[in-house]
Order: sequence, then structure tokens, then C-alpha cells
Amino acid sequence: MTITAVVMMIIAMVTIWGGLVAAIVNLARHPEVADSEPAPPVEL
Amino acid sequence: MATATTQTPKREAFGSRNVFILSAIGSAVGLGNIWRFPYVAYEGGGGAFLIPYLCALLTAGIPLLFFDYAIGHRFRGSAPLAFRRMHRRAEPLGWWQVLICVVIAVYYAVIIAWAAMYTWFSAQLTWGPGNENDFFFVDFLRSADVAEVGISTEFVPQVGLPLVAVWLIVIVIMALGVKRGIGRANMILMPLLTVMFAILVVQSLFLPGAMDGLNAFFTPNWEALGNPAVWASAYGHIFFSLSVAFGIMVTYSSYLKRKTDLTGSGLVVAFANSGFEILAGIGVFAALGFMAQAQGTEVAGVASSGIGLAFIAFPTIVSQATGGSIIGVLFFGALVFAGVTSLISILEVIVAALQDKLGWARIRTTLTVSIPLAIVSMALFSTTTALSVLDTADAFVNAFGIMAVALVAVIVVAWLLHKLPALVEHLDRRSSFRVGRVWMLLVGALAPLVLGYLLVTELISKISEPYGGYPGWFLAVFGWGMVIALVALALLLSALPWSGRSHAKDDPEYDEFLAEEHYEPDAETSSIPMVPTTEPRSTEKGASA
Repeated sequence: MTITAVVMMIIAMVTIWGGLVAAIVNLARHPEVADSEPAPPVEL
Repeated sequence: MATATTQTPKREAFGSRNVFILSAIGSAVGLGNIWRFPYVAYEGGGGAFLIPYLCALLTAGIPLLFFDYAIGHRFRGSAPLAFRRMHRRAEPLGWWQVLICVVIAVYYAVIIAWAAMYTWFSAQLTWGPGNENDFFFVDFLRSADVAEVGISTEFVPQVGLPLVAVWLIVIVIMALGVKRGIGRANMILMPLLTVMFAILVVQSLFLPGAMDGLNAFFTPNWEALGNPAVWASAYGHIFFSLSVAFGIMVTYSSYLKRKTDLTGSGLVVAFANSGFEILAGIGVFAALGFMAQAQGTEVAGVASSGIGLAFIAFPTIVSQATGGSIIGVLFFGALVFAGVTSLISILEVIVAALQDKLGWARIRTTLTVSIPLAIVSMALFSTTTALSVLDTADAFVNAFGIMAVALVAVIVVAWLLHKLPALVEHLDRRSSFRVGRVWMLLVGALAPLVLGYLLVTELISKISEPYGGYPGWFLAVFGWGMVIALVALALLLSALPWSGRSHAKDDPEYDEFLAEEHYEPDAETSSIPMVPTTEPRSTEKGASA
């Protein structure tokens, strides 16, 4: 692989997969609120 | 069972936010991620394509994803009910999306059936090395030309029987409901899909020639960025890849609990979808690099997408590579799993819409929806002319179904109903990532411009010459006729009255939600007193509308 191809590959991985990691970290910092909603109904 | 009582069945829900996220990723990650993205990126400038791709993701994909989430979560209904609650006359938008899902479901199932058969063929190299092309078209599909035979009724058992199996499996998943069926299927299939695909990528990277493939995939062609068609293809790809604007995300987000971080979840879904595409690009181009080396040609000579990539190029790679059978089983198995998780999300749009409109229980609605769909799917796609019908229906429903409804929906919601501020308020009230004015601008102004441009381009190309060289009568029925019929049927379905037992008429949960959030009563609830109560309401007012 040429240097430019490797650089572009790394940039693609860092932005997209890095974005995914950042999104997951952000979500983990805002855990689901255990609110007073009634439990989901039993199906069927 | 809820059907035995006169009380409206309660709305189903995902078990948790994580199950919703996984199911939304399952829906977004489909065949397109695996067989479409790698080629679109390669064609659009290789490594340089990352720039238009990221722009499209951030300025159109994610904003439209939030748009769908906001509608589904704010109005808490399937696509027709959510749009009806927004404004009575917006209901046809929801049905248009439902009917698009009907068309997609019938042909999507057969691709899964093909992939399932090819998983089995890969294990034994059934096609015979060197015979991959003829095997697919002649031996497997027994493809006939629609110009000669018309619409065939000749049954092809090796396609028809797995197609029955696919329908039986998805019907069982759908009948089990949102939590136990859809949620659980995604909890099992998505991790499995990820692991299988990761193994596939690693194995492909060790093939001789793999690095040449990656080189071709990532080498930037900066001049491509000056070409508007490349930007259009990035926006078009992101748009289809995220499964926005055809009711899926509206339906799924209506099953979320009232206080959920919508934008935070959406960002995870969007980046997971793109993350999977990058992975697929690496895996596919590593394998294509091997194929080019084995055939002594350039990567450019073997690069392809769609059905040609999956059912001709990949079998060739499977024949030639050491350990090819493993690659084949992983690749086609991944297609099956990615396809099933997308198909159930498409079916859920239809099932949820009818459940809401008719007030029926889960199993009855599932069977009423899926059995006729399975029959149509069998009739059109287990015969010798399946490929032509599939190709045409797919091209037309994408361009003049999904893209058209997306354009109309953003214009109606943003410019006619002026609902974007209400949606921003709803998103920002409970989310970790605030959207605000920028989002309104992207959805209200940029999205209609881009979608309008793409739609006009499609219109010009499909009018200027007959699509795929198919005969005029054939395109008139399965292309133009089909997309026009979707709109006509959507208007018709909106004109039919809602059942007195449906959620539109009587939804104490929704009334309670409006009261708790201090939202104004909307079109459907204006006659209902805004008192939070757990008592089941009388349904007598249902008869009046």
C-alpha cells in the first residue's frame, strides 16, 4: 500500500470508529433514567 | 389475550434502550452496507470519498435520523398514526411509507433466500470453479428474459423453498412481538453478525493480493471531489444506508420509553452503521485484491457491487482462495443475518401501522400482514423472471418511493405544518446531544435541496432511456405503475376510518404522556379531556370520526 492510501485508511478508521467510540462514551455517561413508568406490557 | 377484551391493547415496548439501539443498528446495517458501500466509495474517489461521505453523514444522514426519531417518539405511533397525530391530513405520508415497506419486503426476502442457499453452496463449492456466472443465472435462478416470456409462472424450487423458510422464520419473529421477537432476534443476530464479519475481514486480509485491494480502495482521487455526481452519490448512499424516511425509525422509536436520550442513541446507531461500512469496504476490497491477483488483472477490472459482487465475484473468490469455503460461509451467512434484521424492521412498519389503524392484537395482525406478503413474494420471486422484477422494483421504489416520500415529508413537516420547532423542543428536552437551530436548517433547507436534486437526476435518467433495457409494458407495471399506485393507495388508506378500538381513538397512555410533558393536545386528542388517568376510557367517541 502507498503512504497516501495508508494515511487515508487511518483517517477513515479514526473518524468513523472514533466517532462510534465517542458516541458510545457519551451515551454511557447518560444512563437510562429508571423512571416511574409502568413496566412494558406482557405481549401476546 | 388482549383481543378478548374491549380495552385497547397497550403499546408494546423495547426491553431497554440498548435493545432499541441494537435493533436500530440491525435495521440500518443491511445488504447495502456490505455490497453497495465498498463500490460506491471506490467509484467516488477511494480515500477521498471520505470527505463527501462524512459531510453527508453529518449534514443529512444524522439530522434525518433524528427527524424520524423525533416524530416516532413525540407522537408515539406507527408511521400513519404519528403523522396523523401531527396533522390529520399528513396521514397519507405514513401510509406511503408503509406501502414502500410492502414493496421492499417482498423482494428483500428473496435475496436473503439466495444468500442462504449460497451459504450452503459455499461449503461444497456447488457451482464448480470457473462456472460461477452461469451457475447463478442459468442453473440457480434459471433466469428468463421478460421481453420473451413475459411474467413467468415457472416455479424454481431451489429459490422457492428457501424463500418459504425465510418467511416462516420472520413470521415467527414478528408474531413474538417487539420485545420477545424483534428485540431478542437482534440481541442474538447482531453480535453474531459482527463477530462473523470481523473473522471474514481478518481472513481476507491474509489472502495474497489483499494489500493491492486495500490500496485501490483507499488511494484518494482528489479530482473526484470536484464532481457533483460524487457528492450526490455520497448523499444518496448515506440516505439509503441509514434506513431513514420510510417509517422504520419512526416505528422503532415509538417503542422507546418516554424519557430516552434520543440523539445520544441516534449518534451510536449512525456511527455503528458507518463503522460497519468501513469494515465491509476493507473486507470486500481485500478479497477483490486477491481475485485480481489470481486472475492477473487490476483491481479496477474486478470491482463490482450488488448482486454481481455477492453472487458472482464472491463465489469466484471462494473457489480460488485457500480456505475459501470458510470465507463463503461467513460472507453469505453475514448477508443472511444482516438481511433478516433489516427485513423484520421493514415488516414491523406494516404490522404496527395496521395494529394502530385496526386496534388488532399482535399475532392476528402479523399473520394478516405476512401471509399475503409471503404469497406475493413467492408468486413474483420464486419464478424464472424474479431477477428482472426485483431489479426494476428496487430501482423505482428507491428513487420514486423512498426518496420522494422523504422530500415530501421534510417539506410538509418543515414548511407547511411548521413542526420543526416542536420536534427540536422534544429532542432537546431529553437528549444528551442538543440539536437546536442548526438541525432545523439542515432538515428544513439542506435536506429538501439535496433530495430534490437527487430526485430530479433520477427522473431524468429513468425517463431518458428505458431502465435496464426492459420492455415498456414491464416498466409501466413494475416501475412507474407501482410507484404511482403507492401514492394512490396511500390516499385511499388514509380515507378509510380508524377503528373505534384503535390507538388513534383511545390511547390513555398517550394522553398521560401529553399531560406529563405538558404538551398541547393534538388533532386526534383534542376532544379528550387532558386528565391523567389509568382508567380505560369509553370508546363511544370512536364512532363519530
